[in-house]
Amino acid sequence: MSLDFAPFLVSARLAAWVTGILLCLCFPLAWLFSRSRGRWAIWVESLVCLPLVLSPTVLGFYLLVFISPRGPLGSAFQSLFGSRLAFSFAGIVLGECVSSLPFMLTALKTGIAGVPEALFEASYSLGKGRLETAFRVVLPNMRSGLFAGLVTTFAHAIGEFGIVLMIGGSIPGVTKTVSIAVYERVEALDFANAQVYSIILVVASYVGIFMLNNLKRREGRR
Amino acid sequence: MLSFCIEKRLRAGDRHFDLELEYALPRGAFLGVRGPSGSGKTTLVRCLAGLARPDGGYIECEGHRWFDSSRRSCLGARRRPIGLVFQDYALFPNMTVLGNLLYARNDPERARELLELTRLTGEARQFPSELSGGQRQRVALARALARGPELLLLDEPLSALDEELREGLGDELRRVQLETGITAIMVSHSRAEINRLCDEVLELRAGRIDGAQRPVL
Repeated sequence: MSLDFAPFLVSARLAAWVTGILLCLCFPLAWLFSRSRGRWAIWVESLVCLPLVLSPTVLGFYLLVFISPRGPLGSAFQSLFGSRLAFSFAGIVLGECVSSLPFMLTALKTGIAGVPEALFEASYSLGKGRLETAFRVVLPNMRSGLFAGLVTTFAHAIGEFGIVLMIGGSIPGVTKTVSIAVYERVEALDFANAQVYSIILVVASYVGIFMLNNLKRREGRR
Repeated sequence: MLSFCIEKRLRAGDRHFDLELEYALPRGAFLGVRGPSGSGKTTLVRCLAGLARPDGGYIECEGHRWFDSSRRSCLGARRRPIGLVFQDYALFPNMTVLGNLLYARNDPERARELLELTRLTGEARQFPSELSGGQRQRVALARALARGPELLLLDEPLSALDEELREGLGDELRRVQLETGITAIMVSHSRAEINRLCDEVLELRAGRIDGAQRPVL
């Protein structure tokens, strides 16, 4: 039994990129959605949360159309960077960002909504703007929401299969993630290696969820 | 001098009523505002603080127009030189007492003075969750004063405290207001508390001034 560790590195790198990008992207979005009273927010939020209910293959198909060399984003990417977006690491990062966005967004939105309104108002009345309020008051007081967003997004990005396969294929060391490796090992009837890959994923996921629940419990006691 | 004319449509339960308040307060005075629930007390404080926008009228403090519906101008809360003490104090739980004061104004010397003024020097490194109700109230007051505001707004600052603490902290509040010479407005349900602490009293009923007087001691 010889275990290839490259899929773990690809998965970890992919999940780290996706989690980082989504944290930066979703915090302002979550702020907007949790504090906006306009009806437009419901329309936009429903749209960005579509990946929660949409089949990964359907999402993957549309993403592939969008990022293929003839698609609007794919052709723009190719003319800018001279390489294709489909079947590349950047391509699966983009696909995973779209697919995992609702997980990060929902967790951050719940976290922001859990910060008492009086803390926002106290900060504004002390002459602070939204940015300073966000970083010095809101973020430190929504730690469990923030951690929930990080854990669920990271775990989802590690475990995603359909979209990655659709838009990234299975290029060793580039787009072949652990989930794809498990699928290929099972296809090849190599259950021993499939078992090892799967056990490592299960243990890593359990540790993440355990840490999240532990933090929530500690926050609840404060 | 603080002068205001505030018009705002309000909802109390399933009925609507119009808040119409006009008043002028000399510099350094302590105004008490009382009235039954839903009479518009907190809305008055929120409009003065810039946390709620009146439908019409004006707000002027020390010659500066904070709100003027005729010019469609409204200064946001963060641009108004106010200090606001919330009913539940709204202290930042992630910061120590000193951190709360330094967040308001990053001036350690001023923070030290305020800690002395509010007798909190020994609690500077503690977090709000480690303080008693009375200590939290004093931190909220110190934080509100940190920026050197022109107007101090107190929204039922003593209501969360038990009877024994209320009297002592009320006196302390008055002492700090007199020492700093700041114009202050305090909302309270308690007639006795307002009569004891304030220079002038506004009685509100259903969004209107039902009476303005100097308290009878």
